[in-house]
Amino acid sequence: MLGRLTIDALPLYSAIAFGGALVTVGGALAVVAGITWFGLWRYLWNEWLTSVDHKRIGIMYVTLAMIMLMRGFVDAMMMRSQQAIALNSDGYLPPEHFDQIFSSHGTIMIFFMAMPFLTGLINIVVPQQIGARDVAFPFMNAVSLWLTTAGAGLVMVSLVIGKFSTAGWTGYPPFSGSEYSPGVGVDYWLWAILIGGIGSTLTGINFIVTIFKQRAPGMTFMRMPLFTWTALCTSVLMTFAFPALTVVCAMLVLDRTLGMHFFTNGGGGNMMNYPNLFWLWGHPEVYILILPAFGVYSEVVATFCGKRLFGYTSLVIATASIAILSFTVWLHHFFTMGASANVNAFFGLATMIIAVPTGVKVFDWLLTMFRGRIIFHTSMLWTLGFIVTFVIGGMTGVLLALPPADYLMHNTTFLVAHFHNMLIPGALFGYFAGYMYWFPKAFGFTLNERWGVRAFWFWLIGFYLAFMPLYALGFMGMPRRLEHYNIAAWQPYLVVAALGALMILVGIGFLVVQFIVSVQERQQALDLSGDPWNGRTLEWLTSSPPAPYNFAVLPEVRDIDAFHDMKAGGVAYRRPERYHDITMPRNTSAGLMLGVLAGLLGFAMIWYIWWMAIASGLCMWAVIIARVYDDDAEYVLPASEIEEIEAQRYQALASSARTQTAEEATFSNQPLPESLT
Amino acid sequence: MDGMVKQAPAYRSPRMAPAVGAALLVSGCDLSNAPVLDPKGPIALAERDLLFTAVVLMLIVVIPVFVMTFLFAWRYRASNTKARYTPDWTYSVPVDAVVWLVPAAIVIALGTLLWRNTHRLDPYRPIDPSVQPLQVEVIAQDWKWLFIYPAQGIAVVNQLVFPSGTPLSLRITSDTVMNSFYIPALGGQIYAMAGMQTRLHLLADAPGRFAGRNLQYSGSGFSDQHFEAMATSPDEFNAWVAKVKQSPDKLDAAGYRALAVRSRGHPVTYYSAVAPGLFDTIVAKYSGSQAHAHQQAAQ
Repeated sequence: MLGRLTIDALPLYSAIAFGGALVTVGGALAVVAGITWFGLWRYLWNEWLTSVDHKRIGIMYVTLAMIMLMRGFVDAMMMRSQQAIALNSDGYLPPEHFDQIFSSHGTIMIFFMAMPFLTGLINIVVPQQIGARDVAFPFMNAVSLWLTTAGAGLVMVSLVIGKFSTAGWTGYPPFSGSEYSPGVGVDYWLWAILIGGIGSTLTGINFIVTIFKQRAPGMTFMRMPLFTWTALCTSVLMTFAFPALTVVCAMLVLDRTLGMHFFTNGGGGNMMNYPNLFWLWGHPEVYILILPAFGVYSEVVATFCGKRLFGYTSLVIATASIAILSFTVWLHHFFTMGASANVNAFFGLATMIIAVPTGVKVFDWLLTMFRGRIIFHTSMLWTLGFIVTFVIGGMTGVLLALPPADYLMHNTTFLVAHFHNMLIPGALFGYFAGYMYWFPKAFGFTLNERWGVRAFWFWLIGFYLAFMPLYALGFMGMPRRLEHYNIAAWQPYLVVAALGALMILVGIGFLVVQFIVSVQERQQALDLSGDPWNGRTLEWLTSSPPAPYNFAVLPEVRDIDAFHDMKAGGVAYRRPERYHDITMPRNTSAGLMLGVLAGLLGFAMIWYIWWMAIASGLCMWAVIIARVYDDDAEYVLPASEIEEIEAQRYQALASSARTQTAEEATFSNQPLPESLT
Repeated sequence: MDGMVKQAPAYRSPRMAPAVGAALLVSGCDLSNAPVLDPKGPIALAERDLLFTAVVLMLIVVIPVFVMTFLFAWRYRASNTKARYTPDWTYSVPVDAVVWLVPAAIVIALGTLLWRNTHRLDPYRPIDPSVQPLQVEVIAQDWKWLFIYPAQGIAVVNQLVFPSGTPLSLRITSDTVMNSFYIPALGGQIYAMAGMQTRLHLLADAPGRFAGRNLQYSGSGFSDQHFEAMATSPDEFNAWVAKVKQSPDKLDAAGYRALAVRSRGHPVTYYSAVAPGLFDTIVAKYSGSQAHAHQQAAQ
């Protein structure tokens, strides 16, 4: 009846694992109790869970990312503290537990922190940047969100029922095969990323179509804001790379569940094909994560330097070439598998070539700062911290691209330091910059600067403390994923790294404080103009938060930095003579239902509860069919209602500090945004 | 026994390497002994020097980025109204050309270096074809390393002994999951995979003891899966072989099966005799056919 699910699945094997389960269950219960206590279920259901509004979906994505960031960071703290003390001792985590932790840390941070974060930012911003009212497929957008959430949910469930994978976030067979990992751990990992990965593929398709088809009149490709360009490149990568992951995971599922031999040691399996397929997704994935952050940096630099981006065309070409080249380098993840010198040298060269467009981007941001008027908003601080730190990661990346050097450094903590150096300053700092930059757009008030700046410094210094020692440890030959060790010289470095992690913990704490303080003091930080930073792109033309339809009248684009151009021309806030009806997508619970059912399907497949797998699969089919025949998926917002909303908007504009004359739109006359003075 | 490699001129270090090395020495005394930075053989030395050369080349781009970031951030801060402000300066052909061409030039230089060294330091390439190397067959097990010396007819668990100055020619496979064989002081790593053999050529300049280990996570005993690599004088090596030959243990099929059982922190164990063709048998166990194994072995 319950497959291989028995009472033994409860995490009674260790006090720490049991504690983790209690915190998870307790947290979930507290959230449910809180929502019930405040009577928020109806509001939550109508306004959020069933919403197909890209802005709401984006906010839910970022919320998911923040929650999973906490979870993934707890894993990181546990690893750092274990390694700090585990010299000639077992520390406090047995290998079976430690191995789950490094596996879940990587899985969560990549798939359920970074992916939702960037997808959330793209969701909130891109339709507004291109002057659109919604994404091309609003319902599919909700499906993507709930599939991703279902995957994240499975990872969380593994804390309570059963164990998670110990095969690392890359899950290399034959270790991840049923012979060497017979339990449910690898299945949790597989089904979580299978389900989440399909969500990402759908997101990619959605945003390619959105950006191709929904741009406002006049917005040619070469007038698109840089963030939209990076979102487009990322979407293309998602669409073409994620199927490789889905296929390789499905093959491993077949190996494990049906006893097939794609990657097994014997029976004609070829384990080498797994890294091959995995990294065929995995390398483009790095750029899926980083490109949107590059987009954020581009927007932030231009805005807070009060200057158009230097070398827009160069930046676009660099972005697109990075996207294309990212498909040509995946073999550098396994130079040490014994390929011939010609093969390794080819992929090493291809990897190095990516450094050229990346370097161009860095210089173009710096040249944008050159002769600008730089305001050190927290978003700008994240950007500066990124530039300085990222070039170090770029340098170590080029080192690893040299096959002979990679033979020495691969699989050591040098590699760990390198990819964290790319993904924390490269991606996460960018997401934070975007979070602080666009927060007023999403919620109508700006975030507290003081706590934001504190969070930034703790993150930045914490990052250096946590990862520079890992570079050194790599030189000392320390492997990644080590539960304990017997070399005393390593310990001081690991202690420093643990201190760095503690500083990052404080940084995360300050982000939470910043959020709470900002909510409490929001009345003093309201963004009535919709344009708190003297922005340059179209998302700042809408109100904060925007009306459901974003733009009552679609904007006309004449230039790069369309909104800046409008302000300079004095036409940004011109009131239209009349409004028209707008057709909007209706809320639907089908997306949420598909997510829940996909989660159940995954859970059933993990535990071999076949009836439940079949039942949830059939239910998913039924929901899709029902949705297909739903002819009432849209509604019309009448012009009169729009006129009312817009009247309020103009009232708010009039009461905001900003005036809308052409002269005042130039930066030198502009007062500093209120929140910064 | 085998001949000696007097010097390996092909692997001599480039000129800028000592400077970087000195900088690193200052940065931490433990680091100066780090196997990667203080190599004990020509392969690791060449790999390290490539690392250093690449760092120096890249500093041509990295240092300007540091300087420009701090300089521009300070000079063009909003409160400094004396600094020039050109909000509409958005493009300049010469500047853009520099921005593209300088990184491109560095990558071309690095690329040439990469191509040459990837071939020169190919782990499959014998170090000195004129010298007869010491052949050792390596089998990764859960969670230990088995070293078979076919010419000497002995086998050892978790200890690799060889004469310094004589190239070491390794054939590597796995009787379990994917492992990665690594002696950082002597050279880079290579994966060990069941049903396949990989090759690695190493050389120690002088007698010494070096840490070796598996670098590819392989399960709960992974942390203890290390061994000692020991370079000796030729006489010491011969004496050591003789000592191993004294061992009462022999590695026949049954002995191998007992050894292959999972174990953590397995003690160093000597076998005075080995079933002939054991390495090929282990490869063939997974690759399906004996013929295939022989074919691989012949390569």
